[in-house]
Amino acid sequence: MTNEQAYKKSLGKYAIGFIVSLILTFAAYFIVTESYLEGMVAMVVIGALAFVQMIVQLIFFLHLDEESRPRIKLFAFASMSLILLIIVVGSLWIMSHLNYNMMEMSPAEKTEYMMEQKGGGF
Amino acid sequence: MIETKIEIAEKKHRSTIGFWLYLMTDSLLFASLFAVYIVLKDGIASGPEAKDIIVMPLVLTETILLLASSLTCGLALLSFKFKKIRQAVVFLALTYALGVAFLTIELTEFSTLIADGHGWQHSAFLSAFFVLVATHGAHIAVGLLWLLVLIIVLARKGLTSKLERQFTLFGLFWHFLDLVWIFIFSIVYLGGLL
Repeated sequence: MTNEQAYKKSLGKYAIGFIVSLILTFAAYFIVTESYLEGMVAMVVIGALAFVQMIVQLIFFLHLDEESRPRIKLFAFASMSLILLIIVVGSLWIMSHLNYNMMEMSPAEKTEYMMEQKGGGF
Repeated sequence: MIETKIEIAEKKHRSTIGFWLYLMTDSLLFASLFAVYIVLKDGIASGPEAKDIIVMPLVLTETILLLASSLTCGLALLSFKFKKIRQAVVFLALTYALGVAFLTIELTEFSTLIADGHGWQHSAFLSAFFVLVATHGAHIAVGLLWLLVLIIVLARKGLTSKLERQFTLFGLFWHFLDLVWIFIFSIVYLGGLL
């Protein structure tokens, strides 16, 4: 492969990454603003689109697929993802089981309740 | 001191891995802030909810600006790799301009919120919102300063192997910030509208 061909190939990779990211961004945007989906389903779909875009950018922008062995960066990324997941999912799990969240209240009612308890917001 | 090609490649490889490990620990910071935001987002203290304060077209513009900035940054690095220095400088300037545009829109968003009385003191939701989004914004600001310094050094000394290495690290940083923004866009802004 000549220098120019290698250059064109890398250029193409960036272009693909950019266009796919753009499509994913617009898809998520219009799903929400045009209310194509609602509630939990919409949240899951948007989460999935964000996840796919992360993978796309890791490959096409950060070139994680081109790393030579031993794949230290990939391993670091995988182990950090695990810790990240434990922090975020763990926090949400614990907090959603806390006392005030176990009462069936809307955010407004909850705020009112907290105001009564503490005398002004939280 | 004259470095061989192997030494240069080895140094670049090592510093890239070191910087990558820093980025991974930085993502811990963001993960904690995301967790805080999701836990506190219902604590609105009779103030505005997320959907009351979000101006969606502006946020979409920010997203596209940052994505484009990430692209031009990658193209600049590619141009350096193939010794197209002039082209690289153009892409770097574009990266800088797009980054500044992003930061300007974000700061306008913040100042409008504060002027409307929706500052970070008002509720747990607004505190978490400001801390999360502004931490990302602060990273962008630092990145822009870093890029400016690199461009000045490039203009004064030309492209050395050390400078090329530093541009590579900057590229990693910039792409990483775009990754974090995808999740801010999805969780804070799109999630806030649902």
